[in-house]
Amino acid sequence: MAGTQQFCTFHLDRFLFGVEVLRVQEVIRSQEMTPVPLAPPVIRGLINLRGQIVTAIDLRRCLELSDRPAGKKPMNVVLRTDDGPVSLLVDEIGEVVEVSDERLEEPPATLRGASRELIRGAYQLDDRLLLVLDADRTVNIV
Amino acid sequence: MSQIDEAVKEFLIESHENLGQLDVDLVALEKDPTATGTIAGIFRAVHTVKGSAGFLGYSKLEAVAHAGEGLLGRLRDGSLAADSEIIGALLSMLDAVREMLASVEAAGHDGGGEYSELIERLTRLRESAVAAQAGRSGSLATGRAASHAAAGIAQAANSTPATAAPRVATPAGEKPFVSKTKPGSSVVTPRSPGSSTVVPNLPLTSGSEPSRTLSPAAKDSAALPAPVSDSRIRIDIKVLDKLVNLVSELVLARNQIQQNIAAESDTALVNAGRQLNLITSELQEEVMRTRMQPIGNVWNTLPRVVRDLGVACGKQVRIELEGGETELDKTILESIKDPLTHMVRNAIDHGIEFPGARAASGKPAEGRILLRAFHEGGLVNIEISDDGAGIDPERVARKAIDRGLVTPEQVALMGEQTVTGLIFLPGFSTAERVTNLSGRGVGMDVVKINVERIGGIVDVQSKLGAGTTIRVRIPLTLAIIKALIVTCGSEQYAIPQNSMVELVRLEGDRARRGIEPLHGAPVYRFRGKLVPIVYLRRMLGLDDGRDGLPGSGGAATAPRDDVTNIIVLHVDGRHFGLVVDRINDTQEIVVKPLARQLRGLSCFAGATIMGNGTVSLILDVLGLADSAHLLPTVRESALPEAELPAVDESQDRQAVVVVETTDHGRAAIPLSSVARLEEIPRSRIERVHDQELVQYRGQILPLINVAAFLAARRDRPQPAATEPTDPADRTNGSVHVVVCSDGERSVGLVVDRIIDIAEESLAVRGPAGRDSVLFTAVIQDHVTELLDVGQFIARSNPCESAALVAAAAEA
Repeated sequence: MAGTQQFCTFHLDRFLFGVEVLRVQEVIRSQEMTPVPLAPPVIRGLINLRGQIVTAIDLRRCLELSDRPAGKKPMNVVLRTDDGPVSLLVDEIGEVVEVSDERLEEPPATLRGASRELIRGAYQLDDRLLLVLDADRTVNIV
Repeated sequence: MSQIDEAVKEFLIESHENLGQLDVDLVALEKDPTATGTIAGIFRAVHTVKGSAGFLGYSKLEAVAHAGEGLLGRLRDGSLAADSEIIGALLSMLDAVREMLASVEAAGHDGGGEYSELIERLTRLRESAVAAQAGRSGSLATGRAASHAAAGIAQAANSTPATAAPRVATPAGEKPFVSKTKPGSSVVTPRSPGSSTVVPNLPLTSGSEPSRTLSPAAKDSAALPAPVSDSRIRIDIKVLDKLVNLVSELVLARNQIQQNIAAESDTALVNAGRQLNLITSELQEEVMRTRMQPIGNVWNTLPRVVRDLGVACGKQVRIELEGGETELDKTILESIKDPLTHMVRNAIDHGIEFPGARAASGKPAEGRILLRAFHEGGLVNIEISDDGAGIDPERVARKAIDRGLVTPEQVALMGEQTVTGLIFLPGFSTAERVTNLSGRGVGMDVVKINVERIGGIVDVQSKLGAGTTIRVRIPLTLAIIKALIVTCGSEQYAIPQNSMVELVRLEGDRARRGIEPLHGAPVYRFRGKLVPIVYLRRMLGLDDGRDGLPGSGGAATAPRDDVTNIIVLHVDGRHFGLVVDRINDTQEIVVKPLARQLRGLSCFAGATIMGNGTVSLILDVLGLADSAHLLPTVRESALPEAELPAVDESQDRQAVVVVETTDHGRAAIPLSSVARLEEIPRSRIERVHDQELVQYRGQILPLINVAAFLAARRDRPQPAATEPTDPADRTNGSVHVVVCSDGERSVGLVVDRIIDIAEESLAVRGPAGRDSVLFTAVIQDHVTELLDVGQFIARSNPCESAALVAAAAEA
């Protein structure tokens, strides 16, 4: 059971998050976005991914973090889902890290409310904590 | 060939496919006579041909196939072993079948060929216990049969009446080739010595070769109109899906090129672009067509279902189909086939009453089921209506509670419509008796799930005693549609063109006054009708107060630039006007469904990618109308002429025009009897015998002051209807007139002002205080008198009006 897993990491506010690398279809820079009126606030809009229309979900809003500072453009982490690709808007992309399964711990108590629902656990990296995002719950948050 | 109906066409295609395989199988069988699997396959194929031929009435073809089937039966049960003679005979049979099929295709009948010898030979072989016997006579017969067959086809070709002249001429011209080869082979056969070493090959040559020479000839001869079997191939639906997707992408690329090329000065490039445009459009149309099939294909089986079920239940039922030509994507069509059949079964089993009960409630003994399919608002609508007993909400509620699906408290909070909708809950079945027809278990819940699986919506409307309408709406998720591109706020939106009626552009003064600002229920006068107006900005919540538009007082919503763009849309039998900031152009767009996260938004039908690569949302016209509460909660039954009992109005919301009378009272006029709202300049009002009149749309319209009329002092002469009570109030010296009509006669009701158009459930009501008032009700928190328009029209006195018309004509 002592397997390892690879995570695609990204920064949100002052946190480091990760999703399983296999769930990630691609990472692209900020795209032009069409807002969807009346949609829940976590949905920032629709992007055109090579002819495919992809919904962009703002992870900051999902996790109840403050909005990205104005002028700061988000990156898109495009996830594969059963319902086609979905993009998560994040601040910056980190590297791919490999961690041992055993080291997954309970999410830190500092996390509150909705964000706790979306975080499967945490890995103690050498210098910091990697929070593991539950990709399915996140895309189904709406 | 176009005369051949679908069933025959399918039969031909299927048979040709079978025959092709049979040639191969028979030859394989000859090599390995013990291959039972092969024999079974051949048997089945021949059996199918026989069955279909019999069904379609090709008796000669059936007889030949039948003889072949008999022989194959013996092979299958092992009482005969396949030897070359038998194979030869079977191949001859195959050729004969082929010839007859060709004749069916060319002339519509199985030809004048004489196959009794072939049949005899097949029968004899079947009866012969020993296979090796009678080799010579067999091969002889083969030869003869073949030449007969050749004669048959020639005859068929010649005897074809002059219906298809070009086609007849071609085979005739080719005939020498056919007859030259055929006698050659058939003559050789009998002459060959009966030595057993040669014989095995002979039946093959005599049997199959004519077919080989004949078929190319036949093919060539029919080169212009290709034979049905050659004109169709079966393609994996996945290949088509892929094609559709690729074409969608191509359309997008085309749109982008179109946009960029507009600024181009290079004529060659512009021309190439134009060409690309045309070809892409055509390609797209054709590719989409490959997947579209008329819904008639699915529901043509229903009349039979209805008939059988009706007989089985002892009910008289008639089914009417409307809009069978409505085309649907194949996959969608397939997935609605079962739900549709199920709903029709339900309608007969649970909906339509027994003839006795129908007679008792004054309905014709014969029940009626109407299936209607049509495109609306980018959706395919399918309605299944019956004029049966309707659904009893109380019974539904009771059942649902009994079955523990809902609690009585929940039901108490539900409207009638919601209660009726409980029939879609899993595990619900209202049938008091469980019948074997629509049964139990698979109920409406399965229908609902099936429809929702393809992104559709199903709802039910029912009036107790009058019937039930189930409406299925299926989005065209795969389609490329024509859409109007509009701008609202900072974004572009696409509106499916099929729900558009007209574009109205109001400029300058009319932009400000064209839409009558009526208290949050603005209306526009469109071709003599009042259409409610919906502001897209507001619907989409784009105003958010940042444009400084207050929530009420419609005038403030008039956009800048002195221009108002209204798109008059048609949905669900109603019109409404949608106000947008700007109308851009029309485009063909590829409808892409929204992701699951956004499917709850009823205002959007999907999204598309525009020529410049940006994503735009496609508005769902029906959803918009629904969100704006423009659709009545209980829609009228889709049965137009069914005599529905009078509806208890207390339960229905009713749209009324609320007015203030000149004596400052509030009155309401049912919107259904209002033709127009007019502002008539005083200068146009004429007077004849104390009656005020106005020349209005080629007619003479009597004017009645509501306040004065209601005062009902008939002993006194009526005061002038339009006497200004407070001249300072009036603008431009004109009066507000509500033009009411009962279809023939009209009357203009003079009021002080029009307050609003409201849709209210006029539940809180009091008795009418005076004549010509139906009742009083609380509308928008004010006690309001609901006018009896019929009285007003009647009292405007038709006889007198006629005299007045005459008088006016004289004057």
